[in-house]
Amino acid sequence: MSTTTIKPYLRLSGLEPLVVRPETNFVNIGERTNVTGSKKFARLILNNQYEEALSVARQQVENGAQVLDVNMDDALLDGVQAMTTFINLLQSEPDIAKIPIMVDSSKFEIIQAGLKCIQGKSIVNSISMKEGEKKFIEQAYICKDFGAAVIVMAFDEQGQADTMQRKVAIAERAYKILTEQVGFEPQDIIFDLNIFAVATGLEEHNNYGVDFIEATRIIKQKYPLVKISGGVSNLSFSFRGNDHVREAMHSVFLYHAIKAGMDMGIVNAGQLVVYDEIEPTLRDLCEDVILNRNNENNEATEKLIAFAETVKAKGKAEVKDEAWRNETVEKRLAHALINGITEYIEADTEEARQKYPRPLDVIEGPLMDGMNIVGDLFGAGKMFLPQVVKSARVMKKSVAVLTPYIEAEKEERKQAHLAAGTVNEEGAGAAKILLATVKGDVHDIGKNIVGVVLGCNGYDIVDLGVMVPADKILDAAQKENADIIGLSGLITPSLDEMVHIAKEMKRRGMKQPLLIGGATTSRMHTAVKIAPEYEHGVVHVLDASRSVTVAGSLLNKEQKENFLTETKTEYTKLKESFDNKKSVKNYISYAEAKANKVKIDWANYTPTVPSFTGTKVFDEVDLAELRKYIDWKPFFIAWEMHGNFPAILSDEIIGKEATKLYNDANALLDEIIAKKWLTAKGTIGFWEASSEGDTVVVKGESSVVNLEFLRQQIKKAANQPNLSLADFIKPASLNPSNGGTLEFENLNNSTIIQDVSPIPPSGGGGADFLGAFAVTIHGIEPHIKAFEANHDDYNKIMLQALADRLAEAFAEYLHEKTRKEYWGYVKDENLSNEELIHEKYQGIRPAPGYPACPDHTEKYKLFDLLNATATIGISLTESLAMYPASSVCGWYFSHPQSQYYGVGKIQQDQFEDYVKRKGLDKEVMERWLSPVLE
Amino acid sequence: MADIRKELEQRILIIDGAMGTMIQRHKLQEADYRGERFANWHTDVKGNNDLLSITQPEIIIGIHKQYLEAGADIIETNTFSATTIAMADYDMQSLAYELNVASAQCARKAIERYNAETGNTVPKFVAGAIGPLNKTLSLSPDVNNPGYRAVTFDEVVTAYTEQIKGLIDGGVDILLIETIFDTLNAKAAIFSAKKFFRENNVELPIMISGTITDASGRTLSGQTLEAFYISVKHANPLSVGLNCALGAQEMRGHIEELSSIAACYVSSYPNAGLPNAMGEYDEAPEQTACFIEDWAKNGWVNIVGGCCGTTPDHIKHIAQHVKNVEPRKLPVLETELA
Repeated sequence: MSTTTIKPYLRLSGLEPLVVRPETNFVNIGERTNVTGSKKFARLILNNQYEEALSVARQQVENGAQVLDVNMDDALLDGVQAMTTFINLLQSEPDIAKIPIMVDSSKFEIIQAGLKCIQGKSIVNSISMKEGEKKFIEQAYICKDFGAAVIVMAFDEQGQADTMQRKVAIAERAYKILTEQVGFEPQDIIFDLNIFAVATGLEEHNNYGVDFIEATRIIKQKYPLVKISGGVSNLSFSFRGNDHVREAMHSVFLYHAIKAGMDMGIVNAGQLVVYDEIEPTLRDLCEDVILNRNNENNEATEKLIAFAETVKAKGKAEVKDEAWRNETVEKRLAHALINGITEYIEADTEEARQKYPRPLDVIEGPLMDGMNIVGDLFGAGKMFLPQVVKSARVMKKSVAVLTPYIEAEKEERKQAHLAAGTVNEEGAGAAKILLATVKGDVHDIGKNIVGVVLGCNGYDIVDLGVMVPADKILDAAQKENADIIGLSGLITPSLDEMVHIAKEMKRRGMKQPLLIGGATTSRMHTAVKIAPEYEHGVVHVLDASRSVTVAGSLLNKEQKENFLTETKTEYTKLKESFDNKKSVKNYISYAEAKANKVKIDWANYTPTVPSFTGTKVFDEVDLAELRKYIDWKPFFIAWEMHGNFPAILSDEIIGKEATKLYNDANALLDEIIAKKWLTAKGTIGFWEASSEGDTVVVKGESSVVNLEFLRQQIKKAANQPNLSLADFIKPASLNPSNGGTLEFENLNNSTIIQDVSPIPPSGGGGADFLGAFAVTIHGIEPHIKAFEANHDDYNKIMLQALADRLAEAFAEYLHEKTRKEYWGYVKDENLSNEELIHEKYQGIRPAPGYPACPDHTEKYKLFDLLNATATIGISLTESLAMYPASSVCGWYFSHPQSQYYGVGKIQQDQFEDYVKRKGLDKEVMERWLSPVLE
Repeated sequence: MADIRKELEQRILIIDGAMGTMIQRHKLQEADYRGERFANWHTDVKGNNDLLSITQPEIIIGIHKQYLEAGADIIETNTFSATTIAMADYDMQSLAYELNVASAQCARKAIERYNAETGNTVPKFVAGAIGPLNKTLSLSPDVNNPGYRAVTFDEVVTAYTEQIKGLIDGGVDILLIETIFDTLNAKAAIFSAKKFFRENNVELPIMISGTITDASGRTLSGQTLEAFYISVKHANPLSVGLNCALGAQEMRGHIEELSSIAACYVSSYPNAGLPNAMGEYDEAPEQTACFIEDWAKNGWVNIVGGCCGTTPDHIKHIAQHVKNVEPRKLPVLETELA
């Protein structure tokens, strides 16, 4: 029986443990959930948007934070309340709560409030002897009773310690008190030794870096178990605005401080440059300044300042650094791949081809080496998706140079085999991944990105494109002998198609794992609906960056089984919790829901009469005008860069790359507009309408059309209505008698009648109206083909993303025109683009198939009313996706009380009534409405 | 009082089995629970087992004695729910302190009588049982409002402080924070105990016993076993361990893990298997004892016993099976990193 030994490590916990071992090297502390440090987080908390604020925390965890710093010190906040609310909420998110929390405040009562909500072992940031020993001891006891580790600031009654001697003296004094008097274990003590700004011009500041590093060294020698921390960005404070120099200073500082024993710090890990990769001149200058060498009379400081000026001046002019052109061809290839430079790739590839015995050696040697670095940097969060796609472009171009030579070699070998009568056993190459957007769906930006990223990681990608029927996908998978099948989809009917494909795979006895991705897909849907249908592995992939690890695990013989078992267990649990949760929500009967409709005072409301009825077509709208209406946030999301626009451009981590992407997008937009690559076509229409229950009766030009809507059935709080879009249209029963209804002339599609005499308002009299619109962006295909031919996925995806944005901008533009002019119900509206994006306007434009009216099949009626296929050339697929893919449609409601919402789940009684109203088969409607059926 | 640490160095100590299972055997009725003192109490009190320490002390003392006879070294007070928060179910918040004093006295009396009757000289200990409460600090009872809590940390501290005062005034030797499914509740108990010790210049050993609720290997509040241990280690407990929810068979892997990470003694008192279809525990005493003997022989445990469904017969078998097995040695706590 052997005795266990236990090491004196700092051990922290959230839902999971964090043990800081000597080989841990450096602990990253996530700093964005701090109202004093993150404007975005502060705004969310001040606006009481705690749920959204959680996403900031989640992003930190995803970016590799090992501890989450939470700070609520804001004059406008009740800090105790905010800390309590946020941390309690955070505990319900296992993917965040798994890491330990650092409770950060300058007010001890806020720290205590945080500790009272945390079951794990956290870190208190911070306590100090600023107000004397008595208070310090009292607070230390409380921290100990909560089981928290503490950060002790090098701060005493005399103030913050700036010299090495003071830092060490305070640490010694605090250490003695904590370990001997309060009973702290040394490993639970963390000293923050104050990092102050250097190179400020004041000579007494010059030694601050050395003071920190040397104090660290001495304290760690004396007390090896304690930890040393600090806030690094203070150091470079005098170089504000010059990130290039700041990043280099931080890296150089950390390099020396970690060597001296620094264990953790609040740093922006994404912004750190690798010490070895700092240009030697800058690195030496930083070293002189930080280590205070060659710094008589501020000499080193002045040199760094002078250098910083040149970088700054250069920054704008983007002077290209061409030094890498003098390196070996392997290094040049790697540099081009990592930096996405296509300029020299063909010449460099040719040079490499001549240098290596076989063309394939170039791919397997320097090119794959370069791509491996790209893969690693991406995996470590040091490169972002747009950069990776650019790298792929370089790779593809290089491979294109080599392909003819490889083919020729193959042919040669084939002939040789034929001549010798031997068997050619080539072909067992890279693993093959088959990708397709499912039948009825035309969206493929996400799928293309996944294809590029997987391609970068050495997989052979077979992309079947969009609207691919199940049989075609599965036939191809069998014929190509694919190792993995990946399905993508954006609209809700695609979810059913994916379930169908899973069933088919089972029926065919296939064995390949199935990956599920795309905007409407989710882990929950995959677990509950798709995974149970196919036993050889169904995995939901959140985004392109995850696809690499998932594919890697699935194609590794040792990992595959484990990975699939883990996924299966996880999904089974998800399904169980889903099944259990179902009964928790309370629903009311459809009759009760109808009785609880939106209360609108129709008697005192006069509907606005549109400037015309019938439809109007917009043939060629100026793209330059539409550009002003672009909402950029979804554009960045398409590139897997999350954040608000324009804040994202100056984001500490992704700001630089986001800015590049934004500039590239605008350059391409300039070209699209100047060369008229794309055409924007749209149509709107208005018709007299009245509601009868959840039906809206629309007087179309040629016939009366009944639109059917669904009503929320979840039990609402008192005074909250169960919404249906039909509620926003005046009930037929309140309309003037038939004789009073105005007859409108039928209008030709493309004429506008400006002067329609308004209906005289008479005490709530007057008929109500409903509108509709459809817009689309034509002309993308030849340009996509051209980019593909040029191996330029970056611009291909960029063009698709921009076309989507233009279609959305067009919808926004027409809606504004409608409100102010065509319908004219708010003639004096004056909203900024930001206010438009935040839907501050009156009236709504919901689309069939979206949360407020989830039945996609109503789109047929919308298209019929607008005659949109004939006039603007949008066609509907069998899943009711619109083609061209960059299209938007919807209904217009004008009533001031109309609002966006989600119908949620409906019950059997409403479903049966709806089937009757639609006059369609029950099974058919079950399929279309499956997302809202229990 | 004997030093329990000395005993733990020598042998594996036995903690008693279920109190509730034994009370059930008496088939008590509402009137029995009420006794004379609460004959006119305004709510039903049947099922308030802790109340029996006041109304039927002889029954409770009798059960304690049966466990002592079976070989238990540590007996737990009948105080699983004796807090103002849990007693609110019977509107008996005001009795919380008294229940703890009375229950501790029942256990003490049982030991006195047992020693007198048998001439026993082996030290026996009373552990004051501190239960998990019926309200949790890390979990929201409202699925639509995950940030909501039914109780605050301060309220829990007030309740536990009163319980601890009652237990200590009644004469317990150890505080046993047990059946922990929400670590934050346990941290509130530890917080209360430490503060009480400091303010009253006393100090009792603390035993901590968590509950892994299912095959996920986590507590109900979501922590892994190691995360749980790290979160309560600051109590500087005499022992850490697991009880309830699982039978010995299901608990095995967790005890092995705990044994490898715990800096203190390790305890374990599982249920008598998993409940059968009728909700009854039917693992035979020999079976439970065999599982536990296996742990003991692996050198994983220092304190063993039983939870739900176990009886004096189970404890007797367990005591016999581990009698000649060496206890787990305390790990060496290194003071250097290398």
